[in-house]
Amino acid sequence: MAAPAANATPPAVLEIKRLRKYFPIRKGLLQRVAGQVRAADDVSFAIRQGETLGLVGESGCGKTTVARCILRAYRPTSGQLLFYTQSGEVVDLAQLSRPALRPLRRQMQMIFQDPYGSLNPRMSLFDIVGEPLLVNGLRSRQARSERVAELLRLVGLPPEYAQRFPHAFSGGQRQRIGIARALALNPRLVVADEPVSALDVSVQAQILNLLLELQQRLSLTYLFVAHNLGVVKHFCDRVAVMYVGQLVELAETQALFRRPRHPYTAALLAAVPAPDPRVRSGAAELKGDVPSPASPPSGCYFHPRCAHAVDACRSERPAYREIEPGHFVRCHRADELNLEGIAQ
Amino acid sequence: MTSAEPLLSVRDLKVHFPLDEGLVRAVEGVSFDVAPGQVFGIVGESGCGKSVTMKAILRLVEPPGRIVGGQILWRRPRQAGEASSQTEEIDLAQLERNGREMRSLRGAEIALIPQEPMAAFSPVHTIGDQIREAIVLHQSVSQREARRLALEIFHDVGMPMPEQRLEAYSWQLSGGLRQRAVIAMALSCNPRLLIADEPTTAVDVTTQAQVLRLLRELQARRNSAIIFITHDLGVIAQMADYVMVMYLGLVMEQGPVDDIFHAPKHPYTQALLRSIPSVNSTPRAALPTVSGSLPHPFNRPPGCPFHPRCPQFMPGRCEAAVPELLPVGPRQMASCFLYQAAEVPA
Ligand SMILES: Nc1ncnc2c1ncn2[C@@H]1O[C@H](COP(=O)(O)OP(=O)(O)OP(=O)(O)O)[C@@H](O)[C@H]1O
Ligand SMILES: Nc1ncnc2c1ncn2[C@@H]1O[C@H](COP(=O)(O)OP(=O)(O)O)[C@@H](O)[C@H]1O
Ligand code: SF4
Ligand code: SF4
Ligand SMILES: [Mg+2]
Ligand SMILES: [Mg+2]
Repeated sequence: MAAPAANATPPAVLEIKRLRKYFPIRKGLLQRVAGQVRAADDVSFAIRQGETLGLVGESGCGKTTVARCILRAYRPTSGQLLFYTQSGEVVDLAQLSRPALRPLRRQMQMIFQDPYGSLNPRMSLFDIVGEPLLVNGLRSRQARSERVAELLRLVGLPPEYAQRFPHAFSGGQRQRIGIARALALNPRLVVADEPVSALDVSVQAQILNLLLELQQRLSLTYLFVAHNLGVVKHFCDRVAVMYVGQLVELAETQALFRRPRHPYTAALLAAVPAPDPRVRSGAAELKGDVPSPASPPSGCYFHPRCAHAVDACRSERPAYREIEPGHFVRCHRADELNLEGIAQ
Repeated sequence: MTSAEPLLSVRDLKVHFPLDEGLVRAVEGVSFDVAPGQVFGIVGESGCGKSVTMKAILRLVEPPGRIVGGQILWRRPRQAGEASSQTEEIDLAQLERNGREMRSLRGAEIALIPQEPMAAFSPVHTIGDQIREAIVLHQSVSQREARRLALEIFHDVGMPMPEQRLEAYSWQLSGGLRQRAVIAMALSCNPRLLIADEPTTAVDVTTQAQVLRLLRELQARRNSAIIFITHDLGVIAQMADYVMVMYLGLVMEQGPVDDIFHAPKHPYTQALLRSIPSVNSTPRAALPTVSGSLPHPFNRPPGCPFHPRCPQFMPGRCEAAVPELLPVGPRQMASCFLYQAAEVPA
């Protein structure tokens, strides 16, 4: 094997291989299994050390399911979740039992969408941010309170607020509290599921700036689930696009926005309203609905809505392949199509 | 210039919440006009009074909140009788908030798409029942006809499997479908003014595109006006004809959408527009934020409410008085001393 080049791709923190998560559909009095919801269906990608990987796609496409599998809030139906630990080992999270997962949990944390719902209203800031410390054995109240103060300062909250309760804080401040809690145990990977979509724009900018700054200071790796493509374009190094439980495209952010290779990505980009009244985005709208992951269409899952579908698309399932170095796509016609992106 | 009379004229509206801890002046003197068929956009940071203004128009401000001043003039075709003018004007601020007149107006003439889609439906009745009930309440049609209309409107909003969805409960639908149901509910009585309070913040771009098209179609077909509150610059740019920028219960600036985007006058408008990430912003650079944070509602700064955060603050002037909202262009207005000649001392 050749020596790595100076600008070699950073090593992976997590490598997801052929991840599947099926939920049984139960029917009738006996709750017999009548089918499967394929919420995540053959998903493979790697998250590299220090990067921000965006995960986008329409509601219900499986983003949260993938995120929850990674954190092992769900047990994957099949596939591997290879986690590269701090000490250089590789462990398959998919196979680990709950007790075996425990020491690894602290290396992966989650930031939630809803800063209102995700904080216990009866706990003070000290308890909320200090709880993961306590659970992981930091028993001394004094030590905890020092660490909590440090964390609050880190996210831009005055440490004097530690005795207050969540209701006394605005949405943006609550999201800062959630971030402080997620960072309490020095995680390496932070999974943020729509962390700013419930926030006001001006506050959104502050939280995004905070996340960028923390990433640099603490060398964090982010998996960033979002539906706002403006935020994704701004925030992510690479972007993965999901459709009905599958990845359909993954590429560097600039490449994906400038020249998408999958018709679904192109349709998503075309749906973004241009932030300038002089530019009319009378884009061709994506017709029809997202198919149910319980009964996906034949062939390419996107074919009923695809403007470029041909016969092969209706019968043959396209493979997920690397069309250019680092650019992955699942489309029969990716080589011949010339799709429009968003310039810049 | 406009020949048509405004549909809605809000004049110096004030809404206060007297709380134990102090008085929250949520809306502190807001004036604007909405013309028939106009899409009127409102932007501003969280807590600046956008939703309270809308609730005041619908007379839905929760106690102890109260309209303490101003007028909300609603113009509509004269109901019957042969008067000189074809329209009549009523001041909604003077109506009984739960009186007969307000109840017949709310939902029928002025409808709301609320910020929280869950709030629009009761969890114990099916969506179809609630839409049919609204139709029967405001239009004199049979149950059978109401059912047909409800189904039609579900088709119109692009609801997949509309028959089944009418029998569903709101909590059984995904976010996108729930938002379509809410819009269907709001459209069910063909309102002349539709108030959309961040209707697409929680939905996907594809659903958003469908919702925006739907709203535009409705507006074109029925010449309904829309008041559109959103944080998405793209949505404002593509939807609104006219834009109003609010801060701490006051109007900072208002004008045609092109002027607001290409020639904003107020320092707050300029800062706000820069802070919003868009598909055109520089990747991974810190976003310029409006410096400082929003003051606590109990501690309104004296003078210009934006002065503690304003990069162009003029000491001795900006904190001494509240600047009036005055014309700064043919149809553009701003409340900022930069555009107002200082009083010449006598
Ligand atoms: N029921 C209430 N009781 C007390 N204060 C209230 C109430 N509703 C609103 N306020 C206060 O009125 C002000 C304006 O609130 P409003 O909800 O209109 O803001 P907004 O611009 O719509 O914000 P957002 O974008 O977060 O919805 C805020 O200071 C808010 O705290
Ligand atoms: N616990 C569950 N039981 C059954 N179906 C589920 C469950 N969680 C998610 N799903 C289904 O899996 C699909 C993907 O859901 P989700 O991961 O929540 O998508 P997203 O986060 O993109 O909105 C959806 O069809 C959803 O209804
Ligand atoms: S495989 Fe065919 S249907 Fe699927 S995205 Fe490509 S062109 Fe469209
Ligand atoms: S009045 Fe003064 S403080 Fe207020 S926006 Fe104008 S320049 Fe800034
Ligand atoms: Mg989700
Ligand atoms: Mg609001």
